[in-house]
Amino acid sequence: MYRYDQHDQQLVDARVAEFRDQTRRYLDGSLSADEFRHLRLRNGLYIQRFAPMLRISIPYGLLSSAQMRMLAHIARKYDKGYGHFTTRQNIQFNWPKLEEVPDILADLATVQMHAIQTSGNCIRNITSDPFAGAAADELVDPRPYCELTRQWATFHPEFNWLPRKFKIAFSSSTKDRAATRVHDIGIHIVRNAAGELGYEVYVGGGLGRTPIIGVKIRDFLPEADLLSYCEAILRIYNLLGRRDNMYKARIKILVKEMGLAAFAEKVEAEWTTIKDGPLKLKDGDLERMKAQFSQFELDPTAAEDGSYAQKLSEDPAFAAWTRRNLKDHRVPGYKLVFLSLKARGVAPGDVSAEQMDAIADLADRFAYGELRATHDQNLVFTDVRQQDLYPLWQELGRLGLATPNIGLLTDVICCPGLDFCSLSNASSIAVAEEIFDRFEDLDYQHDIGSIKLNMSGCMNGCGHHSVGHIGILGVDKKGEEWYQITLGGSSGNDASLGDRTGPSVERAHIADAIQTIVETYLKERLNEEEGFLACYRRVGMPPFKAKLYAESQA
Amino acid sequence: MSILLDRHGQRLEDHYPELAADQSVPANQAVLVPWARFGEIPENSKAGLLLPNTTDVLALPEAALRLPLLVLEFPSFADGRAYSQASFLLQRRHYPGQLRARGQAVVHDQLNMLRSCGFTQFQLRGDQDIDLCARLLSNQPSASTLRRFPSLP
Ligand code: SF4
Repeated sequence: MYRYDQHDQQLVDARVAEFRDQTRRYLDGSLSADEFRHLRLRNGLYIQRFAPMLRISIPYGLLSSAQMRMLAHIARKYDKGYGHFTTRQNIQFNWPKLEEVPDILADLATVQMHAIQTSGNCIRNITSDPFAGAAADELVDPRPYCELTRQWATFHPEFNWLPRKFKIAFSSSTKDRAATRVHDIGIHIVRNAAGELGYEVYVGGGLGRTPIIGVKIRDFLPEADLLSYCEAILRIYNLLGRRDNMYKARIKILVKEMGLAAFAEKVEAEWTTIKDGPLKLKDGDLERMKAQFSQFELDPTAAEDGSYAQKLSEDPAFAAWTRRNLKDHRVPGYKLVFLSLKARGVAPGDVSAEQMDAIADLADRFAYGELRATHDQNLVFTDVRQQDLYPLWQELGRLGLATPNIGLLTDVICCPGLDFCSLSNASSIAVAEEIFDRFEDLDYQHDIGSIKLNMSGCMNGCGHHSVGHIGILGVDKKGEEWYQITLGGSSGNDASLGDRTGPSVERAHIADAIQTIVETYLKERLNEEEGFLACYRRVGMPPFKAKLYAESQA
Repeated sequence: MSILLDRHGQRLEDHYPELAADQSVPANQAVLVPWARFGEIPENSKAGLLLPNTTDVLALPEAALRLPLLVLEFPSFADGRAYSQASFLLQRRHYPGQLRARGQAVVHDQLNMLRSCGFTQFQLRGDQDIDLCARLLSNQPSASTLRRFPSLP
């Protein structure tokens, strides 16, 4: 965990007081509704279809058990007993009362949490690899870099009134688990040929109405220049980004309209003049940042345990779970453990207050008191000894958090959609449930293998549909819910946008359509090794299209 | 009557009446000239210059940087372009004069940000509580002023 120092705490406390004052001025009429809207959004507070929605920041997805207990408390005291983890590694509460939000923020501040810049046209939560610090394929731990960037971005006086929201993601591993190419700025921490650390920088990626994959603006940026380079990009964007049309206001449109070369030229010119100024990282800056993260000693004897192997051979259900829901840790004898938030009958990403408390207890017992939120709306314990896996699995099973479906078809990414969001055209959660029912048979799912199904209730794309291997987008057709399907998207290293299959599909046929697509894949694939994405990229749209529309017309 | 505050919340007298459309730019008098009429400002003028937030300040003629006052416009509450114009003027063009913010964003909830970006004068929007704004600038640390990273050199 990053632990606040006195300064960090003061800043968050000051924001609580400021927001309390802004709320008071709104309620007594001295602050207009429109201006309060801008200010409350910058503090994560939306007015939704049924009630306000409060989005709480979880920087780079990292949570302590104490913070998780506080979220449980908030769910119980101010909400209807649950919270919703989002694709931004944040958590949302859907039913707080406007008047009580300052109190919620004050509660959050006691455990070093806040809702600062979780919405509005400013720099949003910095996201990263949920496996940071534990991944086997990691170059360095990206979190100190994320935290530095977070502190730079927090209340940046110049960049609080941007043309549109701005998202930054970090990756430091061979496999990009942070979807960096669909962020306004995507940063890969790399080592150059001379052995120095630095960054490969991507710019202009983003989902939403006009999804675009980010392009590389710099092959290698020296380690000390992280913040000055970001500052240069933001400055050019703030001045030149479009403000006449909110659908063209993201940096991706600016980069596209100007051309990468012209945009990069302006950024470089600005960066050259500021790079040796106060934003240049000094020796020790990163070290100090690292030191503010709590350290824990991993057990050097963890790999000697024999009980894990024994349980694997004794209990096939346990073995099935380990195959899907565990990932390799950089240290032998340890595993990363996924807590699946995609159980039957539960909206993807939803967690009840009771589950939150229990998860916090399990984190204390088995995972050094820490957990992560992932961008595909699950939770992860990053450091679990193999001898603890069996008891942990049993506990998770009791909590409904051990569905062995990570990376499978039912591990759907899904926005809150019609149920909560005022912008939605179509229900996403209900469709996710229908698909769950259809594909629940795990043997069948295992046969299908790894596949990403992403679903959004409208063009804003909070459910990342355009980078799903299969994407589903809710559209409105004369007041009815229809669904547009895309195939072949990816948010990984080989990021790509999905292609539309053709005309949209009506509500009653969506689950059939997904089944048709899956069956077509099973028929077309060369062998079990060829995953959905690879197969689609090889055979293209025609076989899928032929099946899909032949059947829906029949 | 618009109210002008300095960086410490002190009231300032506005010595720069806006140039009327039918008035010519006086030779040696403080007056606020719109960007469209910049060409009419004589050398060594005491005039101030009003810049729209779409002006490319990197391309601003040197003569403009010798003027004692530049006024940057905030046409709406949420349009933050002039914040970055200020950064460019101070960091890239090393403008030494007074930098005034005026318009819809010059309100209590943005004063600290404006100040952090180097503005030296604040022409408060008409509906603002003057005492509250003055107090904010004179003493209260706010969340945004507690930030660790200074933008200005
Ligand atoms: S994708 Fe649309 S419907 Fe879904 S949460 Fe985002 S804005 Fe709402």
